[in-house]
Amino acid sequence: MQIDFKSRELTVKLVYYGPALSGKTTNLQAIHRLVTNETAGRLMTLETRDDRTLFFDLLPLTFSSGSGIQVRFKLFTVPGQVIHNATRRLVLQGADGTAFIADSQISETKANRQAFLNMQENLKENNLDPATHPVVIQFNKRDLPNVRSDEEIAKMAKRGREPVFSAVAIRGVGVIETFLGLTDVTWRRLEEKHSLKEKFGLDPDEFLDDVRVRLGLDGKAAE
Amino acid sequence: MSSVLDPEPPGQPPGDGPQSGEGSRAEVPALDISMGDIAGLEQVVDREALKDVCRSFFELFGLSVRVFAGSGSLLADIHEEPEVHKLLRTTAKGRAALGKSVESIARRDPAEPESVEELTGAVYDIVPLSYQGRRVGRFVVGPYLRAETKEVPRSLLTVDPALAAEDLRQALAQMPRVRAATASRIVAHLQGVIDLLLFSSHRAHLTSEMHLASVREGYRELAEKTAKLQAAYDRLRELDKLKSNFLATVSHELRTPLTSIIGYSEMLESGIAGDLNEEQKEFVDTIHGKGEQLLQLITALLDLSKLEQGVMKIDAVEVDVPALVEDIAKTFTPAAHKKKIHVATEVGEGLPTILGDPLRLKQILSNLAENAVKFTPEGGTVTFGAHETELEGEGDGFGAVFLDAPRRAVAFTIKDTGIGMPTEELPKIFDAFYQVDGSSTREHGGTGLGLSIVKRLVDAHEGRVEVSSAIGQGTTFTVVIPEPED
Repeated sequence: MQIDFKSRELTVKLVYYGPALSGKTTNLQAIHRLVTNETAGRLMTLETRDDRTLFFDLLPLTFSSGSGIQVRFKLFTVPGQVIHNATRRLVLQGADGTAFIADSQISETKANRQAFLNMQENLKENNLDPATHPVVIQFNKRDLPNVRSDEEIAKMAKRGREPVFSAVAIRGVGVIETFLGLTDVTWRRLEEKHSLKEKFGLDPDEFLDDVRVRLGLDGKAAE
Repeated sequence: MSSVLDPEPPGQPPGDGPQSGEGSRAEVPALDISMGDIAGLEQVVDREALKDVCRSFFELFGLSVRVFAGSGSLLADIHEEPEVHKLLRTTAKGRAALGKSVESIARRDPAEPESVEELTGAVYDIVPLSYQGRRVGRFVVGPYLRAETKEVPRSLLTVDPALAAEDLRQALAQMPRVRAATASRIVAHLQGVIDLLLFSSHRAHLTSEMHLASVREGYRELAEKTAKLQAAYDRLRELDKLKSNFLATVSHELRTPLTSIIGYSEMLESGIAGDLNEEQKEFVDTIHGKGEQLLQLITALLDLSKLEQGVMKIDAVEVDVPALVEDIAKTFTPAAHKKKIHVATEVGEGLPTILGDPLRLKQILSNLAENAVKFTPEGGTVTFGAHETELEGEGDGFGAVFLDAPRRAVAFTIKDTGIGMPTEELPKIFDAFYQVDGSSTREHGGTGLGLSIVKRLVDAHEGRVEVSSAIGQGTTFTVVIPEPED
């Protein structure tokens, strides 16, 4: 996180991680579509080839809190393809929270696992402790056949400590929920680390409610 | 100075004057890839491109426009001085009043777009520029008169009694007039254009930064891997050295008891301890023979490890080449004749003088001769030769033309008409313990160390050993020993 006391501005970096073709960019596109222009800036797509991300996508979201603090969220995606590991590591630099977008298809079980291990490794490489780094998991593509059942996912979710969300990102389903979940775990961690309430009078519950309302009421209904 | 908004001296064509923020380029902070942020407009937007956009805006709408960076420095300024300003500046009072009015407008940096009126009643639209939720600068459009404004403001008419009201009215009439609704559309348009310019510049900037960062990251990864490989390589070399030391020690320790075994079996054979019957003699003979064989193997191992460690001493003396060849031929003639193999020698004339260790050279040639005889079938021929040749340099570095020039040399050849070797095996035959066919060690005997020792001995003489062979036709080994350098 970047804190600019002079202009009373906080910048929070959120990274969408996951295996190739799991729908990271689709998540950002859906958020961009669902959130008003006032909140979301232009979605920037850096270097793509055949619709595959080579560097990253970047979506800025801005919230002005009641206490006069400007909170900027920067949503990044990483390239999922295995060969772009150096880029993934670069993008993960300084991340405050990570949404892991998994592919629900049973055939992708191994790819999900490998990407998660890769994320863990790259977090460590960036001096981010996987034990405390805020992470939420999204099982995307719930509308496809041959996917893990809801029961299976619920059972898997119980075993882990990360909040788990279901989504059909391409239709905007579950995307805002995932983002809100990510904001929640990230903000609580940032509060622990930086005492934002004390320094800026930014109450975590109030702020998160604020974001929820802004996205819930501002966001056009999914689909 | 016409006004604070106009940093150029009057009379200069619009937009071509010196920029107030020219020096700020050097202080532009580094782009933050981690957050993908920009510090300000001036960091990513090309000034000339921005000026071009403003100029085209000016030409299209006839409205002056100025773009300021977040730091306040003027990035683009395309304007035409209004007639009424010119008129006001003709008197001291007028100049002061106009300056004050315009200066206060230039200082405004509002958080929301606003329209501000100047002394003449003309309007400036001040629009803050923000990018990704961060203020990066502002632009100012104007002055222009609202089309809806009919009255000439009293403030203008009372500036200076010296200025005639009619003149002021006429001058003001030349000010561009725009409807409020139109003005807001025009301003929104410019805002959109600048935003797009900012967005594309930012993206291009981030892309190039990412390219650089990726290259740096790739380099870092490679450097790490290289360091790991180097460490592994160093470790292997260390182990190799340990192995050689071990081999030397063990060989030496093995030789001591073996010498006793051979010695005592010899004594038994010679009958010192009493006569032996035929069977006993045969047994002792076998012990003696196998002992000798073992000693040979151990000696070869010891030689090899010494050569690997580079501790074998080479006594360099002048070599009598023809005598050496004759000597080797003579040594192997009995063994060859036993197998009905013909032995021949071919020694050239006027050979260069070479230096070498007679014992080691003999060891080299004996090793090769032994193989030749071993692998040549009955009725074949083994030819020992020596002729003059040149040893080509192998270096390809700086000045190899001179520093690695060919040297005169003697080539020793041992040619047989034996079973030959497959071409693909040839590069490997000088490796320790290598035999073309693993089974041949058992069939033909030998340690598999001979050729690797030959190679190392030849290397110690700065020479080269080569082999050519064809299956069923025979093999030729050539040992080239060069003339000394000086």
